[in-house]
Amino acid sequence: MAVEALEARPCAIAAENAPGMLRRYPQFTISPAILLALLAAWWLATDVLGVPTYVLPRPQDVLRALLGGLSRPPWDKASYWYHAGITLWEAVLGFAIGSALGALLGLVLSHWPILGKSWYPYIVGFQSLPKVALAPLMVVWFGFGLEGKVFITAIITFFPVLVNMMAGYQAVEPERIELARSCNASELHLFTKIIIPSCLPFLFAGLGVASVLSILGAVVGEFVGASAGLGMLLMQFTQAMEIAQLFAVILLLAVIGFLMNHVVSLVERRYCFWAQRSNATART
Amino acid sequence: MPIAQDSMEAIRAVTAPLESGPAPSPALIRAHGLSKTYATGSGQVPALAGIDFEIYDGEFVSVVGQSGCGKSTLLKLLAGLLPFTAGSVELNGKPLRGPTREAAVVFQSPVLLPWRTVLDNVMLPIEFRKLPKAMYRQSAVNLLAMVGLSEFAQRYPFELSGGMQQRVAIARALVQDPRLLLMDEPFGALDAMTRDQMNLELIRIWSHSSKTVIFITHSIAEAVFLSDRVIAMTPRPGTIADIITIELPRPRDLSVINTDRFGRYAARLRSLLDARGGLL
Repeated sequence: MAVEALEARPCAIAAENAPGMLRRYPQFTISPAILLALLAAWWLATDVLGVPTYVLPRPQDVLRALLGGLSRPPWDKASYWYHAGITLWEAVLGFAIGSALGALLGLVLSHWPILGKSWYPYIVGFQSLPKVALAPLMVVWFGFGLEGKVFITAIITFFPVLVNMMAGYQAVEPERIELARSCNASELHLFTKIIIPSCLPFLFAGLGVASVLSILGAVVGEFVGASAGLGMLLMQFTQAMEIAQLFAVILLLAVIGFLMNHVVSLVERRYCFWAQRSNATART
Repeated sequence: MPIAQDSMEAIRAVTAPLESGPAPSPALIRAHGLSKTYATGSGQVPALAGIDFEIYDGEFVSVVGQSGCGKSTLLKLLAGLLPFTAGSVELNGKPLRGPTREAAVVFQSPVLLPWRTVLDNVMLPIEFRKLPKAMYRQSAVNLLAMVGLSEFAQRYPFELSGGMQQRVAIARALVQDPRLLLMDEPFGALDAMTRDQMNLELIRIWSHSSKTVIFITHSIAEAVFLSDRVIAMTPRPGTIADIITIELPRPRDLSVINTDRFGRYAARLRSLLDARGGLL
């Protein structure tokens, strides 16, 4: 104990003395520096060290491809906007359907334990199945259109929401339910005023995971057969060895995934603002 | 046993005439032969056996006992949250069947809903009971003023300290205007200083609101300080060792704790809990 304390001291003092900006806002200081370093390394590898461009395109070529694809109007089929819009629509629809069903079923299976217990082995079994394996089947069932992509996205986003909702239900403090019962609360009130709000932090954890997975679902759906979308573009550019364009689309997908997740956390901050702060204080 | 025989006699001299005194007003609660047995995997576990008592309108009664003596079970039975195995309970002359508006519970933890403001938390029982919200809103505001939290009405529970949260819980229990307040070690999680303060506050609230209070605690000092009568319980299964009438003058302040009479009541209760429980 004493040795630890002695060793910890100088470190603590050093940290105190570190520049305030770096310590307080590493996301605005150190994070951009990391980005710059990565870009410099990329540029060095391609332009200076001469890694072939069909393996790693030059950053300026990727930027040119990105700007070229984004400068066309959205109705132009050569525009990235057009394909990004289609992929985003597939992802959002699938996400909405999958997570709504997941949340609802999570509540139902938790509230009626007989249902939950009898369905549990099948849920576990289906969850351990890699859902992308179903993508080729979607082409058979739904063809090359929107439905197949929405379906696969819905299946992929369904499980994290379901599992988190069930965990949330289990975590409802029994005292809250006892409080409602002591006031003769109806079943409906118990659900709307206690159980569902209590589950929100868990629900949002599931939605955060699902929002990122929804892009994955849409892209995989497009891989196996599509006439439009960023996933289809990826396949096309790969076959044509347009590696700079390929990188541009990958970047775009990363941005879309990030934005989806960000929207979810914005909604969470609006409706679930109490959760993080309450964990620190309100649970006595 | 630290209690000398002669001091026990002195306590009896103080308490005996009061125990046989006339009831101040008609009984609000009448428990007779009240028993609770839990069915567990390893068989039947008796928690309470043959509890008899009467509690009168406006009384402050504490229940003390060691942990596991069934005092929390007793409270849940009286709240209608648990079915009892045998015996009967009458609340205000009617047999008790489930939770009623006449009895409100204050739990060990404040159990405030973190997504609701303080005022909306106080209004929760009104919403659950489908009473007219507009009518009770003013009484919720008044209750918050009574517990000294007027300026926190629109704040959220996480902005309040533990003691403040428990005061909100008391206001929430009072909003439906119950006749009986059931309190289950409500200040157990608070530090000693806050606890003393909350006890004074509780006496003040009780004297203003003319409610009947049943107060569960494992603190003998707290029980003596607050109560008109103290029910001492023996553990496993819980039975009533004795019911002690506390004849300390009201209004009481913290200095009463240092008086001889207070010490004698505390000693008598401690000996009751010791003698039957076997543990200190």
